[in-house]
Amino acid sequence: MKYPSQAVSKLYFTAAIGLFAGQILFGLIMGLQYVIGDFLFPAIPFNVARMVHTNLLIVWILFGFMGAGYYLVPEESERELYSPKLAKILFWVFLVAGALTILGYLLVPYAELARLTGNDLLATMGREFLEQPLITKVGIVVVCLGFLFNLTMTMLGGRKTSISLIMLMGLWGLALFFLFSFVNPDNLVKDKFWWWWVVHLWVEGVWELILGAMLAFVLIKVTGVDREVIEKWLYVIIAFTLMTGIIGTGHHYFWIGTPEYWQVWGSVFSAMEPIPFFMMTVFAFNMVNRRKREHPNKVATLWAMGTGVMAFLGAGVWGFLHTLAPVNYYTHGTQITAAHGHMAFYGAYAMVVLTMISYTMPLMRGREANSNKAQVVEMWSFWLMTIAMVFITLFLTGAGILQVWLQRYSSTPMSFMATQDQVMVFYWLREITGLVFLLGFMLYVASFFIKGETKAA
Amino acid sequence: MSSGFTKAMARNIFYGGAVFCFLLFLGLAFDTHQVLPKRDNREGLTDSAIRGKRIWETHDCIGCHTLLGEGAYFAPELGNVYARRGPDFIKAWIKAQPTHVPGRRQMPQFNFTDQQLDDLVEFLKYTNGINTNHWPPNIEG
Repeated sequence: MKYPSQAVSKLYFTAAIGLFAGQILFGLIMGLQYVIGDFLFPAIPFNVARMVHTNLLIVWILFGFMGAGYYLVPEESERELYSPKLAKILFWVFLVAGALTILGYLLVPYAELARLTGNDLLATMGREFLEQPLITKVGIVVVCLGFLFNLTMTMLGGRKTSISLIMLMGLWGLALFFLFSFVNPDNLVKDKFWWWWVVHLWVEGVWELILGAMLAFVLIKVTGVDREVIEKWLYVIIAFTLMTGIIGTGHHYFWIGTPEYWQVWGSVFSAMEPIPFFMMTVFAFNMVNRRKREHPNKVATLWAMGTGVMAFLGAGVWGFLHTLAPVNYYTHGTQITAAHGHMAFYGAYAMVVLTMISYTMPLMRGREANSNKAQVVEMWSFWLMTIAMVFITLFLTGAGILQVWLQRYSSTPMSFMATQDQVMVFYWLREITGLVFLLGFMLYVASFFIKGETKAA
Repeated sequence: MSSGFTKAMARNIFYGGAVFCFLLFLGLAFDTHQVLPKRDNREGLTDSAIRGKRIWETHDCIGCHTLLGEGAYFAPELGNVYARRGPDFIKAWIKAQPTHVPGRRQMPQFNFTDQQLDDLVEFLKYTNGINTNHWPPNIEG
């Protein structure tokens, strides 16, 4: 760590890991509700567990991005953070607001929460992933703006690199497109149309800029490869990301009332969306192969390469599986979507945040890398979580294929619930694999507490 | 990548490509909104249906069900439930929840008034009338 103010990242990363634990716990609860339908009912109905699961995911990833921003931008800009104090205040604001929102979901009936938080003033709640009360949404905007102000001022007062510029473009895009969460027309088709401007333009658009910048930053550090080479790769990757991903939004406009031509635009452009992810994998492996130094933090390098591979599999391959309109006609809204969602989010965004944490945390704790012993445990956690996620994805894909066959493709289609009974074995397997994922996560947390011989940074 | 291809060239492709694609996307979004009146069943969007949409949202129905294929995959698709089950069944079903069948998935009891049930059904009727390019493939959703 070159600048003491970078240490604010530690707060953000710690919170991210804590919230990740909550996400996994509620994922396991939902997984059990899939097989034992009345588990924890009526205390925690499925929809509440799901809100907590998905919202915790979004929030911990945002904490991860912010932590990464506070570490990366000062280092790239070669100066202290503009205001470490603002970063600390915003951390507590975001954490308390996030915790209150989750408690609200768990303790108050959702309709009551909507009434108490003034949803009648501007109805924004009750849409997938955007379930947050109005006041929380406003809070997210305020925290993001404060964060962006802080980072932008840091960059403007220092060295401007392509990596920090792309990181900031991604983060500004994140804040900008979140504003569409306040757009909720009564017309359901328009509601759905604009909803994707948050959800899709985040995860298949501007977030990929953040992902690319973080990956490039870590790769420069651990491989020692020339910045010019890495930044050139980064530009090419994000160029393909936006050239395919923006109009690729069309793959969500097949069946929601939008015109038929989206089937062509959406299929063609989103079929090319795997290209930048494939390049990301090639990029990570290529840079590691051409490394000019042996960085002692081997596990950070492992996470970086893993991000490339798993993002390509989850977002690229599993996305492509059901993105063509004639295929999506049968798979839309089935467990195939759930399979893709899980591996894409883990492979791209969870793993890149874990990459960044893995690289920076030892530095913030005063050493270049963790002890060999701690790294070995972290590597075990990498493999356990990653392989568990591969199998969760495979089991959900199995469930999805069977569901499509019985409920959608058949000439004598089964009802939804009858179909669910038929695919139960896959849900059991998924739940068991979820426990392996939890085990991997526990090892991950344990790796922070393992001592051993280390070199000072 | 070869040294003939410079970082500046890569950067220009990024900016040029992103701006071009975003403008094209804006154009398509604009055109979509020109075409929507013929497809989105806006004549079915009565005051009652709008109230129904609010009820749909404030009870987080999307947290279990899909609507036009979007949402959670825990409970049946409801975009075409109006055609599949009809208004009376829908209301009776909602009133009868939860079933308390051991081990089965449970839907909460929301204690809706008759007016609220009518509004919800009106919203589902409106949704059912949207032109979805013949999705879902069959009545089971």
